[in-house]
Amino acid sequence: MHELSVTESVLEIACKHAEKAQAKKVTDIYLVIGKLSSIVDDSVQFYWDFISEGTLCEEATLHFKRISAELVCLDCDHKYTLDDELTPCPQCGSARIRVISGDEFNLESIEVQK
Amino acid sequence: MSKNRIKIVEKILNANDRLAKANRQKFDDAGVYTINLMASPGAGKTSLIIKTIEGLIADGVQIGVIEGDTAPVTIDSDKINAAGMPAVQINTGGECHLDAVMLETAIDQMDLTPLDLVIVENVGNLICPAAFELGTHSKVVVASIPEGDDKPYKYPNIYRGLDVLIINKTDLLPYIDFDMDYFRQGVEMLNPGLTTFTVSCKTGEGLDGWLEWLKARISK
Repeated sequence: MHELSVTESVLEIACKHAEKAQAKKVTDIYLVIGKLSSIVDDSVQFYWDFISEGTLCEEATLHFKRISAELVCLDCDHKYTLDDELTPCPQCGSARIRVISGDEFNLESIEVQK
Repeated sequence: MSKNRIKIVEKILNANDRLAKANRQKFDDAGVYTINLMASPGAGKTSLIIKTIEGLIADGVQIGVIEGDTAPVTIDSDKINAAGMPAVQINTGGECHLDAVMLETAIDQMDLTPLDLVIVENVGNLICPAAFELGTHSKVVVASIPEGDDKPYKYPNIYRGLDVLIINKTDLLPYIDFDMDYFRQGVEMLNPGLTTFTVSCKTGEGLDGWLEWLKARISK
């Protein structure tokens, strides 16, 4: 579990951009997390409440947008969504696949009061 | 008071990635080849390092080891020192992985000048180390037979973005239900054509291929 270091990075990025915009307060933080990025929302929220105290981001609400992991079969071009377990192509059975999305781990935007 | 939406789109681990690049520069400046060695606890990371030191010592290869441990226990670094090579220990203070900041601290404690190769032994864990770039030239995972053949399916991330896979403890194959084809199919889905060595650190079988791979990458 590395949620603490991740939460610290979120705080650092959000504060940096809020200061640049000369904001008085950050009210909302929007995160985009791909399925292949292992992170537990509740755990981030837990740390957040502690480490954001006394910063521009204090009491800001964290919003998590989850993105599914999409795979493409390199043999038949079939696209499918990764379930909890990795499987070969459901259409042709090939194990030659590539991950198209699911690695996202971004801070997409913040909402601030000026 | 007005409310504004500020678009950012920044990778959350951006700061780590930047520091990882700085680490890489330090290694390149010193002419040292570096490896991030990852595995679950007990897969044989330290055994592989010891065998690597023993296997390359005759060629005069100087190896430094950076040991990531969650607790201040020096068992691993003591073994490295006993094998005649310098080791720096990073105590992660309970953290489940090494990150670029921790590695930077360790690099500063190690004289890179005489070294040809630095092996960074990550914390034993198949999940978190996969998320943090350290700045090493390559990433190597040690899988081992007793862990079971389903690991690529359960921990897909560690097998992606990997340069070499070492399957250790092949001497145990007769005693354990480990379907090598099933295991390899999982790896192939995540990392097609991955360079793989099947070895036994206990008997020494298969280690030659790994040592040759390393020698080809050590420039000095």
